[in-house]
Amino acid sequence: MSLLAVENLSLEFRTRSGIVRALENVSLELPEGGSLGLVGESGSGKSVLSFAILGIQDAAARITAGRIRFAGQDLLANEGRAMKALRGRELAMIFQNPRVALNPIRQVGQQIEDVLRRHTDLRGKTLRARAIECLAEVRIPDPERRYAAYPFELSGGMCQRVMIAIALACRPRLLIADEPTTGLDVTTQAAIMRLIRDLGHEKGMATLLITHDLGLAREFCDKLAVMHAGHIVETGPTEAVFRTPAHPYAAQLTRATPVGQDRLENLAAIPGNLPDLRRTDLPACRFAERCERRADDCAIPLPRYEVGAGHTAFCHHPTRLEAA
Amino acid sequence: MLATILKRLLGAIPNLIGVIVVTFLLTRALPGDPAAFFAGPAGTAEAVEEIRVKLGLNKSLPEQFLLYVRDLSRGDWGNSLATGQSVLTELTTRLPASLELTLCGLVLAVVIAIPLGILAATRPGSWIDHLCRGIATAGVSLPTFFTGLLLAYIFYFLLGWAPSPLGRLDPYLSSPPTVTGFYLIDSLLVGDLDVFVGAAKQLILPAVTLALFVLAPLARMTRAAMLGVLSADFIRTARAAGLAPTTVLFTYAFRNALLPVMTTLGMVFSFLLGSNVLVEKVFAWPGIGSFAIEALVASDYAPVQGFVLTMALLYVFLNLAIDIAYGLVDPRMRIDQ
Ligand SMILES: Nc1ncnc2c1ncn2[C@@H]1O[C@H](COP(=O)(O)OP(=O)(O)O)[C@@H](O)[C@H]1O
Ligand code: SF4
Ligand SMILES: [Mg+2]
Repeated sequence: MSLLAVENLSLEFRTRSGIVRALENVSLELPEGGSLGLVGESGSGKSVLSFAILGIQDAAARITAGRIRFAGQDLLANEGRAMKALRGRELAMIFQNPRVALNPIRQVGQQIEDVLRRHTDLRGKTLRARAIECLAEVRIPDPERRYAAYPFELSGGMCQRVMIAIALACRPRLLIADEPTTGLDVTTQAAIMRLIRDLGHEKGMATLLITHDLGLAREFCDKLAVMHAGHIVETGPTEAVFRTPAHPYAAQLTRATPVGQDRLENLAAIPGNLPDLRRTDLPACRFAERCERRADDCAIPLPRYEVGAGHTAFCHHPTRLEAA
Repeated sequence: MLATILKRLLGAIPNLIGVIVVTFLLTRALPGDPAAFFAGPAGTAEAVEEIRVKLGLNKSLPEQFLLYVRDLSRGDWGNSLATGQSVLTELTTRLPASLELTLCGLVLAVVIAIPLGILAATRPGSWIDHLCRGIATAGVSLPTFFTGLLLAYIFYFLLGWAPSPLGRLDPYLSSPPTVTGFYLIDSLLVGDLDVFVGAAKQLILPAVTLALFVLAPLARMTRAAMLGVLSADFIRTARAAGLAPTTVLFTYAFRNALLPVMTTLGMVFSFLLGSNVLVEKVFAWPGIGSFAIEALVASDYAPVQGFVLTMALLYVFLNLAIDIAYGLVDPRMRIDQ
């Protein structure tokens, strides 16, 4: 059984300028200890999906359909009470731009203690000792001294380590990392990614890595889910998706990432833009307006196409058919 | 820390010198001749001239200024023509009355505006949000002396709920022995509840008047600052870590929102010191504001200069206090850095 299963989730934002259909019929699965890369260009709904899993979405968001199951529990039941009990303890999350993602006027050690105090019975000296231990676990040198540092006194990489320490303080079973290396320099990026992977292995923790860096996803994840405009268009084992992409969007993305070094934001390879998700006439296939393979039957609801074992695409004319 | 405070105080000296020069010139530029005023309508030309010489007003402006500065440096702030009293004594005995009133107004405004702003920010679009915005709009459009008169009219004249708006204490009660000069505190120090209640009753209307004046900017700023902070990334991190909603709201959000709120608080406190002048007049409050107005009307230079100087000193201390408070809340602002 999978640790995390998102089933046919739809989410929309009610805004003044209309309803934003940010997620539609999204499904995901992540086994215990596994790693899944959620990729797609900026604005495709990766963050919205991860916030929904944690129940920290914007007040304007409404989940209109679907379920989120974690270790067999329905996270959306009882107005998300199950989720609240697990958040920060069994599910944890780290974010991009670590320097602004920490409370600027609170010592980092205290920020770790806040989490520990909330979820454990540790108090006083043992609480502090455990907070310092958490800092040491994310390989922060001189953790006793760093305990009393404020985020502005630390580098971006150090702040990201602190955020990881906060997330891992209660040894969660799932870590969601939303573009954890955005805003960091290249060498720090690699160090942070290695840290996340190593800690994941050490603690048998599953990771959901959100990134628009396909190379990164290829290097660190066993499975991949490709997202486009609020749809998951293709999902499967990382190498399978790279070798035999079926959805035209996934095909273009992977083709544009030959050695796994380039970052998606640098690639002008995919022509066109994401459709405006407030439109009331959104096509069944949200990629249709950018697709070279589009045909008349693309207007009807998308079929599920099994590319291979555990490898699925949602498209009327997947590229695989031609190659075969 | 102490060295920094000292440095800051020394740094304020040029400002104070500026204030001394400007008030000196301004008082001299005021219409009206103090000598003529004090000689009275029946005063002969010789009498006026005599007073002029006695006051040193026959000397040139630079000479008068040097004499003024010389006196100041000796701690002599001059005497009031009207009362004959030393200005410094008058100001120091009246200052606690003004401060007590101002602080009460401020505390009242803070305990209403800050919770209101927080609630409005956490429930956007709710009735409390609309109330907050309503107050913010209404508050700025009413001048203090008008609210003061209106309140006195309604609560004293029409309803009779408030005591007559005449000073700090009912004439039948005697003021408590001076320790802090704050009647509320001094009365409690000697355990005199009657005086405490009496002083509180007198305080309510003028304090409410002042509070109404600053409620709007405080509530608006609290709301805006909270809205800004609540959408910050680190709040999302705190929520993702499963922290209790109260921890997120107070330890994380409010403490960060406190910085702009404190800036507003300082600004508002300066407003209050200024608007005190009119409110004291309306409620016959024996503070430094009403003292200054009377002196101004009589072209009585020394008290006016003394008043402005006192205000300038208060501003200096206020700004220093705010900077220190800033440093306490925000490690990035510690003043010794
Ligand atoms: N609070 C919100 N209100 C309205 N629309 C939103 C809100 N948050 C996100 N969206 C929309 O949802 C879509 C997905 O955004 P996001 O998940 O941040 O993209 P990604 O993380 O993949 O870059 C975007 O079109 C964005 O405009
Ligand atoms: S469904 Fe049609 S339009 Fe959409 S991606 Fe597939 S081929 Fe292109
Ligand atoms: Mg994002």
